[in-house]
Amino acid sequence: MDLTYTEEEEAFRAGLREWLAKVLPGLPPKPDPGDWPARRAYDLGWQRMLYDAGYAGLHWPVDAGGRGATPTQHLIFLEETERAGAPYVGANFVGLLHAGPTIAAEGTPEQRARWLPPILRGEEVWCQGFSEPDAGSDLASLRTRAVRDGDDYVITGSKIWTSHAEVADWCELLVRTRPVSDEVPKHRGITWLALPMDAPGVTVRPLRTLAGSTEFAEVFLDEVRVPAANRVGAENDGWRVTMVTLSFERGTAFVGEVVACRRVLGELAREARANGRWDDPSLRRRLGRLNAEFRALWRLTQWNVSESERTGGVPGVGGSVFKLRYSHARQELYDTAAEVLGPDALDLSREWTLDRLSSLSYTIAAGTSQIQQNIVAERILGLPKNG
Amino acid sequence: MSAVYFQLSDDQRALQAGVRELLAGRFEREALRAAVDEAGVDGSGARLDRGLWRELGEAGFFALRLPEADGGVGLGLPEAVLAFEEAGRALLPGPLVATHLAAGTVPGAAEGQTVVTAVDGALVEWLDEADVVQGDASGAMPLHSVDPLTPLHRVHAVVPTTAGADNSLAGLLTAAEQLGGASRTCDMAVRYARDREQFGRPIGSFQAVKHLCAQMLVRTEVARAAVYAAAVTADPLDIAAARLLADEAAVRGARDCLQIHGGMGFTWEADVHMYLKRAWVRARRGGDAAAPEESLAAELLLPEKR
Ligand SMILES: Cc1cc2nc3c(=O)[nH]c(=O)nc-3n(C[C@H](O)[C@H](O)[C@H](O)COP(=O)(O)OP(=O)(O)OC[C@H]3O[C@@H](n4cnc5c(N)ncnc54)[C@H](O)[C@@H]3O)c2cc1C
Repeated sequence: MDLTYTEEEEAFRAGLREWLAKVLPGLPPKPDPGDWPARRAYDLGWQRMLYDAGYAGLHWPVDAGGRGATPTQHLIFLEETERAGAPYVGANFVGLLHAGPTIAAEGTPEQRARWLPPILRGEEVWCQGFSEPDAGSDLASLRTRAVRDGDDYVITGSKIWTSHAEVADWCELLVRTRPVSDEVPKHRGITWLALPMDAPGVTVRPLRTLAGSTEFAEVFLDEVRVPAANRVGAENDGWRVTMVTLSFERGTAFVGEVVACRRVLGELAREARANGRWDDPSLRRRLGRLNAEFRALWRLTQWNVSESERTGGVPGVGGSVFKLRYSHARQELYDTAAEVLGPDALDLSREWTLDRLSSLSYTIAAGTSQIQQNIVAERILGLPKNG
Repeated sequence: MSAVYFQLSDDQRALQAGVRELLAGRFEREALRAAVDEAGVDGSGARLDRGLWRELGEAGFFALRLPEADGGVGLGLPEAVLAFEEAGRALLPGPLVATHLAAGTVPGAAEGQTVVTAVDGALVEWLDEADVVQGDASGAMPLHSVDPLTPLHRVHAVVPTTAGADNSLAGLLTAAEQLGGASRTCDMAVRYARDREQFGRPIGSFQAVKHLCAQMLVRTEVARAAVYAAAVTADPLDIAAARLLADEAAVRGARDCLQIHGGMGFTWEADVHMYLKRAWVRARRGGDAAAPEESLAAELLLPEKR
């Protein structure tokens, strides 16, 4: 066990800090959260800056256009960008963390050449069309149908909770290409397709979240034609292809956020001292415990990253352990923020009030806590299925 | 390959396996139950197995961190933490932490010849069996200990626990024991959940049971990351954090394990209660959770170090 950085890593950190200090003051002002085109432009602009400076796709393999950085360098990158207050991945999330890595792992050379560079250069936005009205936790029961017709698939159905759908160019879409039967289990008839969001027959209807904004949407698909060349992986093999993506999602997607939570914790303490609530020992102790919590989550991240390095694979079910604890800790953080704010906790113009509302999605999105507990119990602890 | 590598090395794995094997051979369930029978419900008859203590000494358990030039093993805190985790997992009794910390200063401690205990706030563990007592134990009165294998005395001249380096290390080694206990109760719960059947199927197929087990694992693994990191950095705040998380994992883990055992969990016969009682005893060491929580809170107000 070793937690010291090499000179090389410290040099990487120093170079990154210097660059951030130089470019961040020149960034345009943050767009209005309700202005999606502006948000898209802002997020893509930031990605382009990363690309020009050589920081895009740091953790992607070199043959996919990435930098092939070590996991530790990737952690340093996420730590430093967050610390410096750099923009989040935002609309680039699916491209950089789901669709891109999936294409890098499973795509043909042509597919990689077509889709990966625009993600890295900040030119195209992806969204994720997995969930359906009747297929959430039970994702494999999805029903959106794709029928082969010549060189195309013809797709009919609907998706829901699709984040960033309003501004996406592409959607990583899961469709059913073989009906479920006694011989065909539900997860053996699913195919992964890249859907151009401007294809005729695609309708996006934004959905309002409980925070009042439109973070996600319904996507209706009415006989949409998608070339078979847009299929990644074999027909009916989409479930396996998807699982590669989901383990990425649970393994490393929250690293920057843990750093952010530690920063927020410091802000909470200072706010509490300024408004006098710091004098309440029970509040102080709650903040102290959260400090322990986020320190441990940071260490667990390092542990998981080193483990994937050791086993040479993508992060696996260990990510479920992390996600369960982290999503809970984040909610506890903003509940504590409410205690710090006192009556202001009911004021939507306070940033932490909105953050408290968003934190409610953490135990639902990307696999609910109940589903994560099933995964931990069945796949790590080996308890029998079917509760 | 980068230098940050937060996984056990091959040597560390071997050490972990070695200690586990030693304890499995020398302090298996029968020995544990025999020790409990001798101790009685309140620990009044508890005796230390001096032969086992010397064997631990010979195996290097106490001299682990002493330099080789001084007859020690020359290893570091991470190795000590792994050894103490195994001790916690096996529910090994005795003032292990105090004796380990006394190695090199109290003659015979390193070899397992001398049993050393230390006054900890208002309590002393294993006072009657110890050869050397650190701190002022005058006027110590025996308690009916909740844990049969940790006889306790109450001292009246309460000296506030100081925040010295040794106290911090004691906290870390205690956290390591708690981690071992948490990990063991998780294993016990999972095994019972697989074997025990009700309604014609293993109780581990019921989600209510499954989710208790999953939560036990999550708490254990979060505590593990915190404890191992604190062993590497030896930073007092990392240790404070490790303590809080390991105490939580051990106490709640033992309680959930008890719940999963049903009526059996409430018996003397099942081992579960001993894990819970030991976890309670360890969680009291160095005082309650207030001090580590306050120091972690205070740190939030410091300007960023990096
Ligand atoms: C903010 C946000 C963004 C999202 N973005 C996207 C996106 O971009 N793309 C996308 O495809 N999806 C997205 N989702 C969808 C998300 O993945 C689903 O909401 C999630 O998988 C749960 O599905 P569901 O909403 O249908 O709930 P359900 O599956 O209906 O679950 C309802 C309740 O039942 C419980 N439950 C269900 N099955 C079980 C079981 N077997 N055992 C125990 N309890 C069970 C659940 O835990 C939950 O409490 C997003 C969701 C949110 C909240």
